[in-house]
This record gives sequence, structure tokens and C-alpha cells, in this order.
Amino acid sequence: MMVAQGRVEVMKAGKFLMYFEGDTSVLAGVYGPAEVKVSKEIFNKATLEVILRPKIGLPGVAEKSRERLIRNTCEAVVLGALHPRTSITIVLQIISDAGSLLACCLNAACMALVDAGVPMRALFCGVTCALDADGTLVLDPTAKQEKEARAVLTFALDSVDQKLLMSTTKGLFSNAELQQCLAAAQAASQHVFRFYRESLQRRYSKS
Amino acid sequence: MTETAVVAAECLAGGRARAARSVLGQVVLPGEELLLPEQEDAEGPGSAGERPLSLNAGVRSRVRVVCGPGLRRCGDRLLVTKCGRLRHKEPSGGGGGGVYWVDSQQKRYVPVKGDHVIGIVTAKSGDIFKVDVGGSEPASLSYLAFEGATKRNRPNVQVGDLIYGQFVVANKDMEPEMVCIDSCGRANGMGVIGQDGLLFKVTLGLIRKLLAPNCEILQELGKLYPLEIVFGMNGRIWVKAKTIQQTLILANVLEACEHMTSDQRKQIFSRLAES
Repeated sequence: MMVAQGRVEVMKAGKFLMYFEGDTSVLAGVYGPAEVKVSKEIFNKATLEVILRPKIGLPGVAEKSRERLIRNTCEAVVLGALHPRTSITIVLQIISDAGSLLACCLNAACMALVDAGVPMRALFCGVTCALDADGTLVLDPTAKQEKEARAVLTFALDSVDQKLLMSTTKGLFSNAELQQCLAAAQAASQHVFRFYRESLQRRYSKS
Repeated sequence: MTETAVVAAECLAGGRARAARSVLGQVVLPGEELLLPEQEDAEGPGSAGERPLSLNAGVRSRVRVVCGPGLRRCGDRLLVTKCGRLRHKEPSGGGGGGVYWVDSQQKRYVPVKGDHVIGIVTAKSGDIFKVDVGGSEPASLSYLAFEGATKRNRPNVQVGDLIYGQFVVANKDMEPEMVCIDSCGRANGMGVIGQDGLLFKVTLGLIRKLLAPNCEILQELGKLYPLEIVFGMNGRIWVKAKTIQQTLILANVLEACEHMTSDQRKQIFSRLAES
């Protein structure tokens, strides 16, 4: 079982965050609460927008579906009711992809939201699990492991009770295996949350 | 680093609520719940033997605690919504339990009633000016909200001018409104900011630090060059000195102040004073 080893760099502008997980790295920026077009405004909460740009090429359907997953996760956590008729935009740029991309994007988005001071009811993190042909569970699989796996499951968990916020799965697996992966992901998420806490403490200790 | 180890252990234990008093000055993360002092007595272990048994078990003395920025009331606990250091201020008068708030670092401003801000006039439409204050909506400023302004005697405000004013209406549901007079009808320093000078943006935390009473940075700056300076709570600072070069130096020093320790700052000031 592998444990996520992340590293966060706050770029000089103070608004961009780069999140590294192994060799996968994603640059995240949050803008908001800002003006929103009248066609997109919601009268009682903030409009959340996620823009995910791949490393090369134009964004396609896969990016759109990932944007949707990230947006749904963020909407569950961000206190949008405090900023009605505004927009909060999360921009994610993939710098390098070596597996567990969606989980890395979720982590980067969470840290960027915290850094921008958007009010949230909890933190969240993403964890990827891969099940290979003989049923072995691998956490944070590399690209090669993901391709050869029988099933790849990504979960978004919240920091309060490690509740499940979002799950997306690909492949064949049994019900028992799903529960096993979820339990492993919940255990691994503790490491990610500890990493969040340490890096935020380091940031505030400089001031 | 035993503190981080203890904190990490608590985090792994499942995020149960901690007493607000024990976390003062530490970094808190969104999602944490904090117990107020009165609840912590009721839930704390081991002290029951020393306290006299109260006959009305249901009634507790209610202390009124004010929940500041970064905290929300969640049942009878405080939920942290922003990351930062937890602060507490004792009540000045009698009664009340003081104020708790989270000191967070951010650049984006959200209008708050009573805040003095620097805005840029973006449009003039009929009787009101639209002023950009850095929030999600432009604020509106009536032309009568200046000292000595009447329907015949309109203030001389053009698009692109800088305005220093305060919010009279600023909540999440309405468009923010600002004025350049205080409740007595006097300008009190507010109004159109004069010609020249430089407007630049810094983080909100730095502004609060500079506006704190007895700020060393300001006193040292004043000794360096004669200057005029206006601080807006929306992160904007307008500064004007005798020459353009001095103005730029002051702007650079203020922007860099955030990341410097007080020793580095004193070094820079002494080097500038020499040249």
C-alpha cells in the first residue's frame, strides 16, 4: 500500500498552488467571490466553476467530466450561501500526469480554496485505489498500474468524519472489494489531512 | 515539534471538538469544532467532585460570545470555516464573553459595513457613481454623500478618480453602498483622493497589521520621508511622497513588509535613510 507524499508550493503571486503527488503535479488557482454573469447567477448561493486544462491539447470530454466531479465535490463543502450572486472559479492546470490524476486535482483544489480564504465547512481530499487481476489493493497507483488494473476507484472524503463525498469507478469489482477499497481510502486520507495541516502550519508560521 | 505530533494524533483520533481556549494562537483548519468555555466545564472530566451539585442542572449561565470572521455558530459550538490563527479578545466593558475570530491571510475583499475603503469610480449614471472596491459587485455612491454637496452644488468627481469612503450598507444580499461623510455630515478625511500618488494592492492581513495601534512600520516610514498615505480595508494603499522615486520606494517597502521579519525591515530602513 502506498501512501501519498505530497508537496505544496505557494507561488509568489499568493494565488496559485502547485500540488505534487509523486510525479503527478497540478497547478491550482481560485478566483472569487467575484462578479458573475446574470445568466449564470444563483440568487441564494455562489456559482462554482471548475476549469481543468490538460497538459497538451484542447480540453475534451474527459476533462469536462472530471470538472463536473470536482465541482460537485466542492459544492458540497464550500459555504456558498455566504456569497450569493457571486462566482468562485477554480482553475486547474495539469503539469504532469503519472497516475492518480483526479485525486491530485481534488487535493490541489482543496488547498487552493483554503488558501484563497473561501469559507468551507470541512476540508476534502482525493484518494485513488486500484485493484489488479489477483485482487491486490494498491493506493495511489502509477499510470502503469492504473492501465493494468482490473478496476480503478477514486474517492473524495471529507475531513470531519472521513465521510464519502464523491466516488467514481472504472472496471469490475465486487461489493466486498468496494467496501475494502473505501476503508483503505479512509485510512489513507488521514495522511493527506495531516499533510494539509503541516503545510498550512508552516505557511502561517512564517508570518 | 511535539506540538505537531500531539495535534496530528488528535486529528487521527477523529476530529472531536476541542476547547477554544486551548487552541488560541494556533492554526485551525476548516471543519474543526470548538467548544466555548462554559461547555468545556460541563463536558470536562474529573472536576465533578469539586463542584457543588447544582439543583437546576438544565440552566447554565449563558455568556454571550461574539463569533467573528472565519467562525460560524453550529449548534452551541463554533465551526471554523477559514484557515488561520484563532484569536480572542476579552470584553472591554462588563459582561459578555469576548470575541473569537480567525486571522486568515487572503487577498480578496468582501464588503463589510463600516469599513473604510479606497474605491475607483468606474461609471457615472444619473445621481449615483459606481465605484469598484475590489469585491464581487461595484458599490454605489450617491453624489449627495459628500461634505457640502447639494443638488445645485455637485461634487467634482470624474470617472477614474480615487475615492476614500465607508460602507453604510454591505451585506451578502444587497449591492454595497458607500458614503464619504460620517454620521454628523462631516468629511472626516473621506472624499476624493488628490492628484498624483500611487495606488497599489496588498493582502488584507497586511493592512490590518499596519492599522493596528502602535504599528512600528508606520512610525519608521514616517521618519524616513514626509509622506501622505491612505489605507483602504480592501487591500488598497495610496501613497504620495515628494518625488516619484521616493513614492516608488515606499510602495516597494510596504509590499515587501509582509514577508520580512522586523530585523530585515530595520536593516532596509537604515540603508534607505543613509542614501
